[in-house]
Amino acid sequence: MTILGNLALWMALLLAGWGAAIGFLGGRSRRPELIRSATRATYALCGILIVAGVALLTALLRHDFNVQYVWAYTSRELPTVYTIAALYGGQAGSLLFWALVLSVFAALAQWVTPRRYSHLLPYVAAVTSVVTLFFVAVTLFAANPFERLAFTPTDGRGLNPQLQNPGMVIHPPMLYLGYISITIPFAFAVAALFSRRLDTGWLHAIRKWTLVSWIFLSIGITLGMWWAYVELGWGGYWAWDPVENASFLPWLTMTAFLHSVMIQEKRGMLKKWNIILVAASFLLSIFGTFITRSGIISSVHSFTQSSVGYYFAGFLVLIIVSVGWLLWTRLADLEAEAQLESMLSREASFLFNNLLFVGIAFSVLWGTLFPIISELVRGTQVTVGPPFFNQVNVPIGLLLLGLTGVGPLIAWRKASPGNLRRQFAVPVAAGLATGAILAALRFGDFYAGVAIVLGAFVVGTVTQEFVRGVGARHRLHRENYALAFARLVGRNRRRYGGYIVHLGIVTYFVAFAGMAFKTEMEASLRPGESTTLRSPFGYTYSFTHLGVSQYDELNRSVSAATVAVDREGERVGIIKSEKRQHFTCAARVSPCPPALQRASFEPSTEAGIESLLREDIYVVYAGSVAGTEEAVYRFTLNPLVWWVWFGGVVLVAGGIVTMWPGGGPTRASLRRTQAGYAASLTGRPADRETEVAGQA
Amino acid sequence: MTPTPTLLTRRRALAAGFAALVPAALRAQGPQDTDGVARLPRPDAAGQPRDRVTDYENDPFIVGVEGKLRCTCGCNLSVYTCRTTDFTCATSPAMHQQVIALVEEGKTAQEILDAFVAQHGETVLMAPIKEGFNIAAYVVPGIAIAAAGSVMSWILVRRMRRSAAESATLDDAGAEDPDLAAEDRVLLEAELERLER
Repeated sequence: MTILGNLALWMALLLAGWGAAIGFLGGRSRRPELIRSATRATYALCGILIVAGVALLTALLRHDFNVQYVWAYTSRELPTVYTIAALYGGQAGSLLFWALVLSVFAALAQWVTPRRYSHLLPYVAAVTSVVTLFFVAVTLFAANPFERLAFTPTDGRGLNPQLQNPGMVIHPPMLYLGYISITIPFAFAVAALFSRRLDTGWLHAIRKWTLVSWIFLSIGITLGMWWAYVELGWGGYWAWDPVENASFLPWLTMTAFLHSVMIQEKRGMLKKWNIILVAASFLLSIFGTFITRSGIISSVHSFTQSSVGYYFAGFLVLIIVSVGWLLWTRLADLEAEAQLESMLSREASFLFNNLLFVGIAFSVLWGTLFPIISELVRGTQVTVGPPFFNQVNVPIGLLLLGLTGVGPLIAWRKASPGNLRRQFAVPVAAGLATGAILAALRFGDFYAGVAIVLGAFVVGTVTQEFVRGVGARHRLHRENYALAFARLVGRNRRRYGGYIVHLGIVTYFVAFAGMAFKTEMEASLRPGESTTLRSPFGYTYSFTHLGVSQYDELNRSVSAATVAVDREGERVGIIKSEKRQHFTCAARVSPCPPALQRASFEPSTEAGIESLLREDIYVVYAGSVAGTEEAVYRFTLNPLVWWVWFGGVVLVAGGIVTMWPGGGPTRASLRRTQAGYAASLTGRPADRETEVAGQA
Repeated sequence: MTPTPTLLTRRRALAAGFAALVPAALRAQGPQDTDGVARLPRPDAAGQPRDRVTDYENDPFIVGVEGKLRCTCGCNLSVYTCRTTDFTCATSPAMHQQVIALVEEGKTAQEILDAFVAQHGETVLMAPIKEGFNIAAYVVPGIAIAAAGSVMSWILVRRMRRSAAESATLDDAGAEDPDLAAEDRVLLEAELERLER
């Protein structure tokens, strides 16, 4: 299998090189045979990388411990699902996985892109081939998963216990899919620059891809938070770790792009800015990988330091220089077709929204890199941890939350005082009323209070939009409210999907605010002993230690400590937290008897969590006193955590609604366009009109 | 006064040997009570042995100070988070004991932080001290956003004025709000559908 894998990688290297060269040549010369060759190279590259991926997967599933990668990340006792997840659990495998997924996306882009954008496709093939070439080269020359050992160990080292969690089976692939799929919008942007076809065509071509990337990134980030929460045991979900930040950065710039692209589509403005945002998102996705792999910044996630960091640094420089040059030489083609008419307009509010998104991205990047900057300037290392990021980013985030409510309601071009009154009276009143209630309740945390007030304002804006739309359909079409709601959303998916996303964002913010009221305590309890903890909602929880039991399960010895939890005397549940000692077996027997078990990692901790709508009860078994059943616990009450996951679901659901096929112009509306009574906005790009007519 | 020497008689030696053997024999039989609490069959599988929790572990002052100190084991976590999360780390419990010792000496929070900085350098703090070059860490993002916002606003206002001057003679109908509210849009769609029929 390793011979096949290596052969496939070498062939992929050649194919990617060919695809890159022939793609640029074909795009430039417009010779059909070259264009066809570039497209076929993309498909062939995909096929050959699938072969390489299958070769590695086969080696993993066959427990071929002579392959260094298989030995380093799996063991015989490792459950099959985690053996498969080991495909991307280590550095070399994840680089191959990256190249493989990118090649699939590249092939899909060639396959599904409508023919009207065919002028861009040779360049798209070239760019995706260049990026694939880079990843295949790094895999071959710096981190080859098919390298063999000089001998064959009887068992592997096993996968890090913290990675043996269902969240880890889907969290990394989702993030990878998000990171990797950004390459496609980037490829289209570069194609538009190369071909000098800088109308809105390339934006329409990448619309779905952008949303796909954004949705995958959103799912990946939320699942990462969930994994950190249930697996790392510190009782939180976001620690501003450099690798968390690395995943957040492209999400911010992509979100900014999803807003600013509307201005280009509607008004023909922000053309340069949109190119920059797409390029920045791609660069940040590579930068995130660079941070993870290079070890330049200390992180709980970092893969071991290796030479791949240099490859990534070089690639980043190459991309920045190339895109910078392309942009510079195409500046004249990127002039805006319209001007901003008022600071009180949707365009202006989107501009400030973009400023804040990019501002937060800069702030996160700045904080992440500040230890290096400090060392360069002063020769002194400093730590930039959660206290810094919270202090700097929370106020900017709250400003952005406020704009989330303003953007959708304010008029395009110029808002009149009447428009402002009509649109904002109810939402502002909702926000003020919430503020008054919080003040009356003597709400204890300023930023949390502001988040809730602004959240109420945004919910007011979204609710108002839904109520007005549904009400109008109900009156005009005599539809019941449910049908009117469904049709309203179905016929304006982009707009109402966006509103649903905004509701998800509000849910996130309010849930984050809840963590300001987290309470926790440590206690050592003998079986039958109890302790109490007061919730921020005013309840008293009592925790009674029931005992510690020990048993073997799959590839681990488990010590499970159990507590009975009561709220105001009523039983909430029994919560179990575990210590797990993972082992490998000295002989090929299953189940492995204790005498043959060899501890493979330090004992890990599994938190016990009871998730309620108001708060999570989070129990961590820290260990036992003097090897007895007297257990040391950490009990934490985390308010509103359930709502973080719910917010993630709402956010992603909104993204899917926005992206769902259809919902565009109907045949009837296109006939109307031809019949001559279509309305057109002043300053709307001409090509959009042409394109709509062309679709008919 | 000199201590009375004890004589090692055969009876005492036998008694001492018996006393030493009994717990070992009991251990060999399986889990037994220790101080009224049952021993675990495999204590090593339950992680490192822990000390009983004292009032210091839950003291808000100590928890607050430890939240500002970074564990030096390389885990990137605060001392408090590390000692209550990473139960394999020996560094954060030691730093916790050091904090307790300083608290018992009557030191203030700042004095404790200063003591750690003197020992480990500035990197032991979870956030940079707000002085000297470090101030840049805190103010640069805000200044950058404010500066970018100001420049953007200035450019936009200038362009708007120029654009307004150029179109002063044009019909100002174009200045009407072209954006339809949800209600109006639905009305418009209904009218168009009616016309279509």
